[in-house]
Amino acid sequence: MNEDIVRVLAPQVLGILVRRGNDFAAAEDAVQEALLEAHRSWRDAPPDDPKGWLLTVAGRKLIDARRSEAARRRREDALSHEPQPGPAEQSDDTLLLLFLSCHPALSPASAIALTLRAVGGLTTREIAEAFMVPEATMAQRISRAKRTVSGQPFTAPGDVAVVLRVLYLIFNEGYSGRVDLSAEAIRLTRQLALASDEPEVAGLLALMLLHHARRAARTDEYGALVPLDKQDRSRWNEAEIVEGVRILQAALARDRRGEYQIQAAVAALHDDARTAEETDWPQILAWYDELLERTDNPMAALSRAVALGEVDGPLVGLRAAEELAPRLGDHHRLDAVRARLYERAGHLDLAAEHFSRAASRARSTAERDYLTRQAARLRRG
Amino acid sequence: MPKYLLLKHYTGGPERHPNMVPMSEWTEDEITAHIAFQRHVCELLQQRGELVDVQALSPERTYVRYGGPDAAPVTTDGPFPETKELAAGWFLIDVESEARAREVAAYVSSAPGKGGQPVYEWIEVRPVMTDAPPQAE
Repeated sequence: MNEDIVRVLAPQVLGILVRRGNDFAAAEDAVQEALLEAHRSWRDAPPDDPKGWLLTVAGRKLIDARRSEAARRRREDALSHEPQPGPAEQSDDTLLLLFLSCHPALSPASAIALTLRAVGGLTTREIAEAFMVPEATMAQRISRAKRTVSGQPFTAPGDVAVVLRVLYLIFNEGYSGRVDLSAEAIRLTRQLALASDEPEVAGLLALMLLHHARRAARTDEYGALVPLDKQDRSRWNEAEIVEGVRILQAALARDRRGEYQIQAAVAALHDDARTAEETDWPQILAWYDELLERTDNPMAALSRAVALGEVDGPLVGLRAAEELAPRLGDHHRLDAVRARLYERAGHLDLAAEHFSRAASRARSTAERDYLTRQAARLRRG
Repeated sequence: MPKYLLLKHYTGGPERHPNMVPMSEWTEDEITAHIAFQRHVCELLQQRGELVDVQALSPERTYVRYGGPDAAPVTTDGPFPETKELAAGWFLIDVESEARAREVAAYVSSAPGKGGQPVYEWIEVRPVMTDAPPQAE
């Protein structure tokens, strides 16, 4: 497909232009224009050398832009940002562009939009559709992000943790518009994994694959959520599970564990069970214990309470969940976990009540509908 | 990125600030300044990449419901008790956080009114639900 070629080549062409000393924002504009021209003029058949074509067109756009800018006596400032000459490796370019697009000076929303455009090769319209905002609004968000990044020192080493967080946010946006953002996040994380041997990069890639593998089973034919223990496991994507586990094992073998590797290990244990009953909850609990040594994230602690409920019984799990109440307040997930544990403990009225409370505060229609039906099921029984 | 609906009302809501004088008592310049401020808010939100939609609603309203089998729909256009909320329009925004949504709402509420003073209008902030299923359990 043309579109795929274009999207793989876009960051490579941008990387070359930036390495040649062009301002990131100006080069990114030029590549975007070249992409739009490619969409228009390639139709079914790309040229023999699509990368050379894009580079030539983008280079020409850049010169045109610089001439008109120079006429208005602007841009001089931006052009003084010369990058360090580096080896002409594509993976280095990907890394450079990811560090720029996920610059810590950017808000997450800006970093997400810029990453999808500069590294993902998506058009502004596609990104706007994915987030269901007008194209003009997304264009502004991206150009503000580029202005912010252009003012930043160029050669500062990037923080890979920030890049991973942005990629994980993109993954969690899922699929709501025409663009599958989860698949896009996996694609970008694969590219990053080629360029970085940081085990947490592999950990995040494994985590994404191991969750993505369950996607077909996560909703039924009407789009309703199916919880993990009720999913048809034959619909899980075996190839993604195998790949995720392999990547995870290689990462864990390096003995530099981090949060993504640990979460991936939990996901792998779920994916490994042929039935919900076969789930190795004691080992999942052990991983959550290790996760909580590294983070005081209350949502991670809530997941641990679920695992604890499976291992030591629902009342023990409930006690752990209640300890989180001061920190989670009236978050709907806390009530959903309480409901689930009350049900297992045989307190069906309390379970129904908590499912209803969770439903009233859910922020996604899919979760709300699921929780509402759970409450109805228990009230009838 | 969560979306929020910032609702303005003709009537209803918490007790009004004394500055919320009906527009029928404003001068032409005061009204012009108020409208210019609304436009300024739109531009600001647009430039920041946060604006999704902005609309004003006519105060006319009709309630319609199914009338039952073989019956015409039932309609009513009032009168309704004065305390009933009547929406006047909205900003739909796509922002980083709920805190940012509240910041925008407070700014909208500072629009100039009678005597150029802020109107201190109550703005109702409503989270919009996403329809994307979560990617993890």
